Amino acid sequence: MTAPAGSLLVARDLRKAYGPTTALDGAEFSIHPGEVVAVMGPSGSGKSTLLHCLAGIVTPDSGSITYDGREVTAMSDAERSALRRSAFGFVFQFGQLVPELTCVENVALPLRLSGSSRKEAERTALAWMERLEVDDLRKKRPGEVSGGQGQRVAVARSLVTNPRVVFADEPTGALDSFNGERVMELLTDAARSANTAVVLVTHEARVAAYSDREIVVRDGRSRDMERVV
Amino acid sequence: MSIGHTLLGLLESGPRHGYDLKRAFDEKFGHDRPLHYGQVYSTMSRLLKNGLVEVDGIEAGGGPERKRYAITEAGITDVERWLATPEKPEPYLQSTLYTKVVLALLTHRDAADILDGQRSEHLRSMRILTDRKRKGDLADQLICDHALFHLEADLRWLELTAARLDKLREAVAR
Repeated sequence: MTAPAGSLLVARDLRKAYGPTTALDGAEFSIHPGEVVAVMGPSGSGKSTLLHCLAGIVTPDSGSITYDGREVTAMSDAERSALRRSAFGFVFQFGQLVPELTCVENVALPLRLSGSSRKEAERTALAWMERLEVDDLRKKRPGEVSGGQGQRVAVARSLVTNPRVVFADEPTGALDSFNGERVMELLTDAARSANTAVVLVTHEARVAAYSDREIVVRDGRSRDMERVV
Repeated sequence: MSIGHTLLGLLESGPRHGYDLKRAFDEKFGHDRPLHYGQVYSTMSRLLKNGLVEVDGIEAGGGPERKRYAITEAGITDVERWLATPEKPEPYLQSTLYTKVVLALLTHRDAADILDGQRSEHLRSMRILTDRKRKGDLADQLICDHALFHLEADLRWLELTAARLDKLREAVAR
């Protein structure tokens, strides 16, 4: 596959096996800045492994991943960690907020880890919480807010460092459809206006409908539907 | 559902008489709505006129029902095109989609490809509705939601079918 010009993150011929189980078998991927791409496919098709490889969390057995022209698979662990902290944001299905911290402290956490002062980090965090309509929860702890609210706090945290790519793995999987769609609307609006790309793993069509295009993963191989149809 | 394309698809595995075609259709797709003989013969004469089938042989003493039909190259291309073209997303598509999937399996084509193409077509419609919903008032949102839920139901059927393709392949081969 030739990646379209201007791609921010490109993966070619990714292969990954866990013991005898092949998770990825020549998967391909590309995304532009500000683009929302849904990764769909049945359970066990390899879509989460693809996301983990793209995000530099898992190293593929072979194949190449380039982010902004740099080969991610050739980076050291420290370089990859730095890339994840500075350029990537993450939203998962659940269990991602630190229960002992307040919501604003949770959102500010990535900035604090990168060395920002508490005051400065929390000011930026609050601006994102306003955007995600959860600023009134700033002093509450994750245990005191609803699932939908908690997920919006998590989205605010994923965006607080102004990442170039947000990786969202079933971000609405634990929510009812009303709250799930509100999270998708706020996430994609915020990402598009900040020109942040979103890699969205989902099995729900209504969630995928918030994307610009989809790729389908089956048996570890990907299919870019826009370039096929 | 296109009866013409379905009969053409059934002919791909080999020439058949009109009666055999009707029986194969009823067995695979007819369920509660078997074909009338009249439908079979009017469809076959249209296909013959359009060059999509040809008469492979006529049994002695036979009326029209004794003709044996064979699919032509143009007929195969026509089936190919029909199978490859996703249906316009709308409620109650299942019977057409089901027919396409079974025919693809019968003719050793990639049925998963058909399902992928259809998913993509449905998502295209769902994106348009989702966008309209985001920009619209409450009435727009409710109208779009209704359409979205119906499309979603189609897609859930599609995912379930995709997961059962191997079993379906075995079943249709019997």
